[in-house]
Amino acid sequence: MSQYFLNAQGLTKSFPASGGGEPLTVFDNINFGVNESEFVCIIGHSGCGKSTILNILAGLDQATGGTVLMDNREVSGPSLDRGVVFQNYSLLPWISTLKNITFAVKSRHPTWTKQQVLDHSMKYIEMVGLKGAEQRKPSQLSGGMRQRVSIARAFAIEPKLLLLDEPFGALDALTRGMIQEELIKIWSQSTQTVFMITHDVDEAILLSDRILLMTNGPYAQIAESVVIDIPRPRNRTDIIHHPHYYTIRNHIVEFLVKRSKELANPETRTVDAPIVTGLRYPPEVNPATGSVQENTYPLTGKEDAA
Amino acid sequence: MQNIHLRSALLSLVILTMFLGIWELANQPPKAKQAMTEYEILMGGSEPQARVPNPSEIGKLAIEELSHPFYDKGPNDKGIGLQLLYSLKRVLSGYLLAALVAIPVGFLIGMSPLMHKALDPFIQVLKPISPLAWMPLALFILKDSEISSVFVIFICSIWPMLINTAFGVSSVKKDYINVARTHELGSLRTAFLVILLAAAPTILTGMRISIGIAWLVIVAAEMLVGGTGVGYYVWNEWNNLDLTAVVFSILMIGVVGMVLDLLLARATKLVQYVE
Repeated sequence: MSQYFLNAQGLTKSFPASGGGEPLTVFDNINFGVNESEFVCIIGHSGCGKSTILNILAGLDQATGGTVLMDNREVSGPSLDRGVVFQNYSLLPWISTLKNITFAVKSRHPTWTKQQVLDHSMKYIEMVGLKGAEQRKPSQLSGGMRQRVSIARAFAIEPKLLLLDEPFGALDALTRGMIQEELIKIWSQSTQTVFMITHDVDEAILLSDRILLMTNGPYAQIAESVVIDIPRPRNRTDIIHHPHYYTIRNHIVEFLVKRSKELANPETRTVDAPIVTGLRYPPEVNPATGSVQENTYPLTGKEDAA
Repeated sequence: MQNIHLRSALLSLVILTMFLGIWELANQPPKAKQAMTEYEILMGGSEPQARVPNPSEIGKLAIEELSHPFYDKGPNDKGIGLQLLYSLKRVLSGYLLAALVAIPVGFLIGMSPLMHKALDPFIQVLKPISPLAWMPLALFILKDSEISSVFVIFICSIWPMLINTAFGVSSVKKDYINVARTHELGSLRTAFLVILLAAAPTILTGMRISIGIAWLVIVAAEMLVGGTGVGYYVWNEWNNLDLTAVVFSILMIGVVGMVLDLLLARATKLVQYVE
């Protein structure tokens, strides 16, 4: 089978047209993989079906065609093996912060004693810096704090795959920056595999090992897979001085502004999308070793321009 | 601003005093004539016409009645407290039975669009029927006035609870359901831990509307079936031409209704949450 931990094969989603006409195909034949412990972001314009892909990975939505394999097992419904952080936090507003987390931990470990559940939950509350606020209801927390609770809840169940659906989209820029750094810190201490949707190019470069770029819908495709080779640990202030930073950034912005549209044009669109620069997708597999050959981003001669 | 409570209480007091004062002053008995005719003496006084009682008379009766509210001197002479307890017993039994039916059925309707579509025509036709219109049929089928009045309370309090539960359950945010699904909660735990708690404020609002309607209807129902209860008490005092007792019992109905509403309002506040 595949050597990827998570494997999406030929995912297609179409919605029946309301007038009974031709169904609307949002995306078509989406293939990608995510390695274990890898942080992968997906970027694309609104309407290309990113959230639908994430929901299919979570098991909350079903694809019209194609399959998702995790650990070589098919994803057929929601599971505690896949934790989700939603954009609007999705905390239960009628219980306290602590109970929002113990509720998740109890679902994960039904045999644990009360004390075990409490200790485990408190560990994650401390990890996101919310100690002291655990008795407050979500409505008494700021947006940033709520998203921290949501992240703590997802990490606390220690899922095999963490799915983040634009987790910082509703936060102001300052808070977003702080939580991004906290997320890197928490993630680097774990071996968590993460798949994240974002609209923010800088955020994607800061966080990910690899960025998937989607063309515009309908019939959206994953056109490129860009490897971010900037060494870790990364932080917001230093990363922009890395020689590759603006090369990568310009490449992605150029994709979003120009090529995401061009590639979506039905006349020029091909199933195997033409790759201008960056990494060819699907990645080439070395037939001798069976290992995935991922070229790093072509950078020669571009550093100075940046 | 900080003493708005005090100021509003003062204003209420002023309005009440003025209202009662005008009532008392404008409603004095006509001056006794110098000499009463024999007929007037026979009729017991100088008043040619019955009057609405004055606040002072009502107050005197209220003190008298409320100092021993639970006396029982036969079917036509029971204390107001006892009568209110009879009514409350009927209201609560009909209301609780209605809750036992309305909340699960409302849950089902809220969860299943199929059930919603299938049951909606019945609800729409049955809901606008005045609960008292059921009384003859209830008396014939149940052959017991006591059970019939409980049934009338049941049928009038079921609709707000049913409709609010269905609405509350069907409008639970998809996000909360998704949280339950991603945490692999079973259907029972999802129903109780997530959907019921998310819909609880709406359900409690329905229950609050229902208790109000039930308390309105019980008075009319007891006037019809008679025997005991505060509705019967009002009608009995009317037949006795004791308007003082009528006004007093009207006030008591209002006070008990207010207490019931307050209790449900408290309960609603307990389950209320801010998103």
